[in-house]
Amino acid sequence: MSDVLSGFTWLLVFQCAGEALVRLAGMPIPGPVAGMALLFAALLLRGKAPGALAAAAGGLGQHLSLLFVPAGVGVMMYVGQVAAEWLPILVALVVSTVLAIAATALTFAWLVRRQRDAHAQDAP
Amino acid sequence: MSAQPLFELWVYLAATPLAGLTLTLVAYAVAWKCYQRTGMHPIANPVLVSVALIVAVLWASGTRYQTYFDGAQFVHFLLGPAVVGLAVPLAREWESVRKLALPIAGALVVGSTVALASTIVLAHALGATPATLLSLTPKSVTAPIAMGIAQKIGGVPALAAVFAVTTGVIGAALGKYVLDACGVRDWRARGFALGLAAHGIGTARAFQVNADAGTYASLAFALHGFIAAVLFPLGYALLVRSA
Repeated sequence: MSDVLSGFTWLLVFQCAGEALVRLAGMPIPGPVAGMALLFAALLLRGKAPGALAAAAGGLGQHLSLLFVPAGVGVMMYVGQVAAEWLPILVALVVSTVLAIAATALTFAWLVRRQRDAHAQDAP
Repeated sequence: MSAQPLFELWVYLAATPLAGLTLTLVAYAVAWKCYQRTGMHPIANPVLVSVALIVAVLWASGTRYQTYFDGAQFVHFLLGPAVVGLAVPLAREWESVRKLALPIAGALVVGSTVALASTIVLAHALGATPATLLSLTPKSVTAPIAMGIAQKIGGVPALAAVFAVTTGVIGAALGKYVLDACGVRDWRARGFALGLAAHGIGTARAFQVNADAGTYASLAFALHGFIAAVLFPLGYALLVRSA
């Protein structure tokens, strides 16, 4: 089997395992996210991703944007429903997203600096 | 050639999955060219441009979304294995990621709280109906999780998916300006913020700009999805019980 194909097969196997886990345990998360967690755990145990898997994951990841397009087009079906409340929706989406990005990045950067400064003080 | 055979050809093609699939890939190829021509300008986001092109074609030709999706579902399907594959860069960078456990946990809690609280306050203040407000709350987590949350708390799953996708595009388009204005230059912090606020679409943008940013974006995207899926319905149940 070619490299990319066997890598892709592994991704599907882990997605199936994720779907099965979610169903059996009644977890409120999508199967692919559970599959990602399972693959992550497997890779940590194994130490390194096989080349075929890295190639398949990298290939899909390179054009991740493309994969969101079909769902994005679905927005057109709801234009009518959303139009009546466009102001609260638009403001909430834009302002809240901007605030969330700023708050997350500033907190992350501040905690990294604090951690580094603490390390610097520990050093002789 | 008269218009009649052409029209019949279009009706035939539009009814097969081939048309939706081809339209998706051609629109994306055009959008990707625009994106590269503009030096990956965030406003020329490939998801945004592709969706605009496809919606224009579907509207002009009077094609229904369901007909389009019959073909586009083959692309949509690949989202599953692509999300699974995000574990690969994460595992590769794990040694450096685990050293930043504290910044990751802190940014996750603060970012998730700000995203949720600001959405509720703004939508409520501007008079959104309860169904819309509840569908808006999970907007920063990936669409399938947002739909599940909306269903649990009495929102509309389809609207939640629309809001999540729109949020992703907004975050990917505006993120650079917000992060520059905040003076955050650390790629890890920038990526983490994009993944947290704009889930998969923000993660895609982060990977296009910088590999480190992409890795931390996928981490934030997954962690935010996990905690939101568990905590949102729980928090809502507590609120309803105490009210």
